Amino acid sequence: MRTFISGNEALAHGIRLARPHVISAYPITPQTTVVEHLSSMCSAGKLTAEFVHVESEHSALSCAIGASATGARTFTATSSQGLLYMAECLHYAAGGRFPVVMMNANRSTALPWNIYGDQRDSMGLLDQGWIQLYVENAQEALDMSLVAYRVAEDSRVLTPFMINMDGFVLTHTYEVVDIPDQELADRFLPSYVTDNRFDFDSPKSMAFSVGPEQNFRFKFREHQAMNRAKKVIAEAEKSFAEVFGRQYTGLVENYRCDDAEYVIVTIGSVSGLVRSVVDELRRDGVAAGLLKIRYMRPFPDAEIAEILRGVKAVGVLEKDISFGYEGTVFTNVNSALQVAGLSVRTSNFIGGLGGADISREQIRDIFQSLESDGRRLNFLGINREEYDD
Amino acid sequence: MTERSKTINVRTLSDDELFYGHKACPGCGGSLAVRIALKVLGKKSVAVIPAGCMSAVGFNFPQLSFGCNSIISTFAGTASMMTGIVAGYKAQGIDDVTVVGFAGDGGTADIGIQALSGAIHRNDNMLYICYDNEAYMNTGIQKSSLTPFGAATTTSPAVDGAIGSLSDKKNLFEIVAAHGISYAATATVGDLPDFMRKLQKASSYRGTRFIHILSPCPLGWGLKTEDMVEVAREAVSTGLWIQAEFYDGEFHYGKHPGTFTDVNHYVRRQKRFVHLSDEVIKKIEKARDEKWLHINRYTKQLERS
Repeated sequence: MRTFISGNEALAHGIRLARPHVISAYPITPQTTVVEHLSSMCSAGKLTAEFVHVESEHSALSCAIGASATGARTFTATSSQGLLYMAECLHYAAGGRFPVVMMNANRSTALPWNIYGDQRDSMGLLDQGWIQLYVENAQEALDMSLVAYRVAEDSRVLTPFMINMDGFVLTHTYEVVDIPDQELADRFLPSYVTDNRFDFDSPKSMAFSVGPEQNFRFKFREHQAMNRAKKVIAEAEKSFAEVFGRQYTGLVENYRCDDAEYVIVTIGSVSGLVRSVVDELRRDGVAAGLLKIRYMRPFPDAEIAEILRGVKAVGVLEKDISFGYEGTVFTNVNSALQVAGLSVRTSNFIGGLGGADISREQIRDIFQSLESDGRRLNFLGINREEYDD
Repeated sequence: MTERSKTINVRTLSDDELFYGHKACPGCGGSLAVRIALKVLGKKSVAVIPAGCMSAVGFNFPQLSFGCNSIISTFAGTASMMTGIVAGYKAQGIDDVTVVGFAGDGGTADIGIQALSGAIHRNDNMLYICYDNEAYMNTGIQKSSLTPFGAATTTSPAVDGAIGSLSDKKNLFEIVAAHGISYAATATVGDLPDFMRKLQKASSYRGTRFIHILSPCPLGWGLKTEDMVEVAREAVSTGLWIQAEFYDGEFHYGKHPGTFTDVNHYVRRQKRFVHLSDEVIKKIEKARDEKWLHINRYTKQLERS
C-alpha cells in the first residue's frame, strides 16, 4: 500500500511488520512519534506486543535486554540525551549478544540545548558494539527495520542494531512510502530462534563476569561477529530485493564515482542534496561523485578504498566533530585509505551541527575547493577570522 | 498442585541448593537471604542480580553459582531488567515463571530506585528482594542512603570526633508501600522462618512484591562471623529494625518487642559504631521511640476503624 507518511511513522510500520514481542518506550524529541504510532498500533490490535511504559531510557534498553534474554524480539527507540543516558546498556546489549533493534533519531547533544539534527549523539558512541546504519529516506527506514532484525538475530551475528535517522529532516518529513503486506514481511523475516536465552531444562547464568584472560576472548568474538555482519547484510539485502523488489546498495552507495575525480563522502539525509549537486556538476562537465556511507559499523573500509581508488580529491562532509581533532567519519575514511595504501588528497567539512542548514551552494563550494589544495578541516558557514584568538 | 502450594518451613525446606559454591565471605547475611529465598521459590525462577556483592561472589565465568536461570543486570537496572523478563515471558504466553531480583541497599534505595518505582507503578509481576547490609559493601564499605545514623563507613568515617553517617536510613519500606504495592514486607536473616513465610505470602500475590531483608555484613559492620545471625535478631529486639508487612492497602506491624533490649549492647559489638558516645546512642534511641510512637498511633487508628 502506498501512502503519504512521516519517516517516524514509516519506521513504526517496519517495526510492526517485524512483530516484536516487547517494545519499551520512553519519549524524546524527535523520536516520540515512533512510540506514539507503535502505541496506537498496539491499542488498535494491529500489533500484538507488550508495550512497556518505562521510566527512562536506561530502563528502556535494560528492559529490552531482559526481554531478549527470554528469547523475545525487542524494540526500543531514542535520541540524543536519551541515547547518552542509556549508554551503559548499549555496551551491555552488545557484550551479552542481545540482538535488540533500536531506532535513534539523530539529534544534537546538550550543551547548548538543541533539538535539531546532527549526528554527534551516535557518532560519539561508535565503539559500543552496535551495528550502526544511517538511512536516507522514509522508505529506507521502513525497509531497514526488517533488515535490522534479520541481520541482528542471525546466529553468525547476534549483535544489536541501531537504525539512525536524521532528526526532523527524516523523522518528521512526509514522503510517499510503500507499506508492504505482512505476508511478505513474514516471508523475509523468520522468527527469532536462539540459544542465547534462559532455559528451564538446563538453567543458565547469563551476563556474567569474566576475568582478564577469558574476557579478552569474549571481546574478540564480539569483534568477529560484527565483521561477519558485512556478509550477512549483503545476504539480507539480496533476499530483501527478491521478496520486495527493492534493491539496496550494501554498506555504501557509489553514486557516479567510477570515473569521478572529485568525490564527497557523506552520510544520512544530506546525501540527497549532494547527489543532486553531483548531477548538476556532471552536466557542467565536472567529474563529481558521491560516496554515501550507510553503515558506520561494521565499517566498510575496503569498499570505501575501492571506490576512492584513482580519485583526485575527497571531501568528507559530516554532522559531527571530535573536539580537538576532526570529524569522526573523516578519521575513519582516512584510515581506510591508508590501510589500502592509497594517497588521495582528503579534506574534512563539518556542517549541520545543531541542525544548521547545509545549502546547495555550500556543497558546490566543497566540490570547488577540492580542485585546489585547501584547508584540511573546514566548518561550513563559519568565518574563522571572526573567531581568531 | 505445584510444590509452592505446600507450606515450606524449616522442616520441609528443599535440600536442593540453587545458590551454591560461591565465594561470599564467611557469615555473609546477603548470600544466606539469596540461598533461602531460592529454596522457597524453586527452580522455575529467573534471578536478577545487579552488579554488587552477590554477582561478584556468584557469577564468575566459568564458576557460576546459581542453580536456576539467572542474570546480572546493570547496577541501576535490576527492576527494569526484571520488567523486560516479565514482559518477554508474557508476550510468549508463559506465565509460570517467578522473576525474582536480589539487590543490595545501594542498588535498591539509591541507584536502582527509579527502575524499582517504575516497576511497582506498572505492577509488573515480580518479586524484588532488597538485601540490606547498610552500605556499599562490594566496593569496600561506602555510605548508602540505607546506612544508619552514626555508622562509620569509608565515606563517612568516624575520624577526629566525627559521628560517621549523619543521615538516617531512608524509609524504603514506606516508600515502596506508598506506591500501593501488592505486597511488601521487612524481614531479617536472623529469623528465617519468618522470611520463608513472607516469601510464600509474597508468592500468593500477583503484581509487584517487595521484601526488604536486613542482612548483616560481618566485614562491613565489624562483627564476629558467628555473631551475624544474633546481631540481626538484636536489631529487632532493640526496636531499631521494624518487622512489618503491607498488603491490601494496609500496614501490619510485627509485635512490639515490649521492653526493648539494650541499644548500647547492639551498638558496642559492632566496630562501625564503637566510636559513638552515650549521647549519640541516646539520640538513636529517641529516633527509635518516635518511630514506634508513630506506628502505635497508626495501629490504634486501624483498630478503631
